[in-house]
Amino acid sequence: MPTQSELIYCYDGSFDGLLCCVFESYENKEIPIDILLPEAAHAILFATKSIPTDTQKATRVLNSIPKKMGVSALNFVQHAFLTCLLQKELYILLFLRLGFRHGRSVMNMLTDDVVNTLFKAVKHLEGESHLLKGFLRFSIINNVLVGEIEPKNYVLPLLVQHFCERYPEEHFLIHDKTHGMGLVYQPYQSAVIPIGALELPEADEEEQTFRELWQLFYDTIAIQGRHNPECRMSHMPKRYWKYMTEFDRIQKNITPKLPSSSVKLLHTPS
Amino acid sequence: MDVYDKLKILTDAAKYDVACTSSGVNKKASAGGIGNASACGICHSFSADGRCISLLKVLMTNVCAYDCQYCVNRLSNDTPRAFFTPRELAELTMNFYRRNYIEGLFLSSGVLKNPDYTCEQMIETLRILREEYRFSGYIHAKAIPGADSLLIARLGMLADRMSVNIELPSQNSLQLLAPDKSKHSILTPMGYIQNRIQENSRDLIKYRHAPKFVPAGQSTQMIIGATPESDYQILNLTEGLYHKYKLKRVFFSAYIPIAENSLLPTIDTKPPLWREHRLYQADWLLRFYGFAANELLDQQHQNFNPYLDPKCTWALNNMNFFPLDVNRASYRDLLRVPGIGVTSAKRILTARRTTTLYFNGLKSLGVVLKRAQYFVTCSGKTAPDIKLTPNTMLRSLLSEKTRELHHLGFSSPTEQLSLFDQPSLLSLPQEELRRCLPNLS
Repeated sequence: MPTQSELIYCYDGSFDGLLCCVFESYENKEIPIDILLPEAAHAILFATKSIPTDTQKATRVLNSIPKKMGVSALNFVQHAFLTCLLQKELYILLFLRLGFRHGRSVMNMLTDDVVNTLFKAVKHLEGESHLLKGFLRFSIINNVLVGEIEPKNYVLPLLVQHFCERYPEEHFLIHDKTHGMGLVYQPYQSAVIPIGALELPEADEEEQTFRELWQLFYDTIAIQGRHNPECRMSHMPKRYWKYMTEFDRIQKNITPKLPSSSVKLLHTPS
Repeated sequence: MDVYDKLKILTDAAKYDVACTSSGVNKKASAGGIGNASACGICHSFSADGRCISLLKVLMTNVCAYDCQYCVNRLSNDTPRAFFTPRELAELTMNFYRRNYIEGLFLSSGVLKNPDYTCEQMIETLRILREEYRFSGYIHAKAIPGADSLLIARLGMLADRMSVNIELPSQNSLQLLAPDKSKHSILTPMGYIQNRIQENSRDLIKYRHAPKFVPAGQSTQMIIGATPESDYQILNLTEGLYHKYKLKRVFFSAYIPIAENSLLPTIDTKPPLWREHRLYQADWLLRFYGFAANELLDQQHQNFNPYLDPKCTWALNNMNFFPLDVNRASYRDLLRVPGIGVTSAKRILTARRTTTLYFNGLKSLGVVLKRAQYFVTCSGKTAPDIKLTPNTMLRSLLSEKTRELHHLGFSSPTEQLSLFDQPSLLSLPQEELRRCLPNLS
């Protein structure tokens, strides 16, 4: 019987690395209380066990997942790895252990805490990626479509197929500012690569024209007599507005400049 | 007039059209082309009234030969008029599409010169998009009543979805308010489109690459509250349209007064948004929950209760159907429980394969226990600490919003139906309650 000790695994952050943690957990009949990245592991007092990434071990675990619990479970775990769930690594390990014990039916165990937590996280990921398929805005710069997003989950891998099928003849770039990654495409190949800071040039005249036309359309299409900002907010939370063309003007007016507000704070009497 | 002014006028004239969905078809760009579509539909934004913006919704022109009293574009209305040339509109669509502002185009039109000429202009726009730009994105085109069926057929080969607006829910109202339109002139193109879709689906079985006719199906919309029809009449009509014409959607649009007219509600009438909301709830019950129109309303109860949603009303009137045991009930039956929707019913089916469900488990599956607890048991057990008086039940079944409304009272006298007007609701017999929840002391 595996024991839950004060054991913490430390892995390299890759999916293969996580699969090696699963391997280790079975080999030593132990269940860690957490699985951390090296940076996070330095900051805590408990002893950590560093798990080296071994492609062979990872492949063994990877191949066994569809055999033991079906292809859908493998897809599910791969998606779970992209989520912003806290301790997702630990949850994935616990999920896989459940799967190796119960087989295919693990995907039906929706009331189990581990399965339920992961399902909710994956739903959040898929929901966010679906919304961004619509809310993402491109600017055309030198005939390249450039868009920026700030998602909570790592959604880029889920956007690849959609945008490649949509714009097969275009060049485009989707910059994920949260994760410092970019999806780049040119006919007919795509890649997800690390991109740090990206300074976008000012919009040219044509681009500006279409932005204004879109803003005009956006303002005109709303029916005054049915004004319902709460409904809008629940369908399209404000965190998405930042990069949306139709809110460009509004945000420039609303967002207070940081220095002045911090000065104010200093002078507030306590 | 530049594109900016045209867009303003023709968007403003199109905004009362309800449908803005881009659902019903899956496809990707052809080689050398642009554009895809996803069957679930994609919303690109939400306007300040909370409605989804998925398509560039504009009119070809707001010039109109007809004089429908409820319409902003009627002949007698003194309003600026404009029209897009097909090329202008195609270019605008492509530029919006490349920037990912939209899923495609929703094209409707006033009747310029005559229905055939108008239809030809729309066809030319769609032709430029499909043939010159090789655009595979979503196009929703409105059939112009009275246009030649050959033109409708051509439009249907270019569009993904078509719609013919029913406008008003009865022939009498049409005669009164839209003298140029008749039930016949509306239902003819609708029937024609339906036949072509059926023919096309037979062709597609024989030839995989047969060109597709309106692959995302057809829809319609009608105005609610401009004329005296009851919810019962409207819902029956809706059901008939789904069955007879195999429509994908029927949209409702609360009438917003646009002009003083003795035939229409006065200009200060508030749009009946709650009524529209209830009709949509009932529409969902018809399409996804296996309800029939005559289960929700009947001759004696012609209108929906403004405070309770149609499903809760049905449940309270049919307490003998409950309680259901979540571990045994069929999918169809589960869907009838207030607080259980399509998603949570499916999850219940999945989850109960491996385990017995209890109330805490139901909660994690997304069931709204606050409502469902009165109608279900888990392996014979009722929910813990359940108070089974009509009052507590009603309080849990009212949504937060309606509770506020109930407190304030509705503004218009026609909507001042209180719960107490519906004897079947409040005088819910105690013995019936006890029978349905046997563990209650």
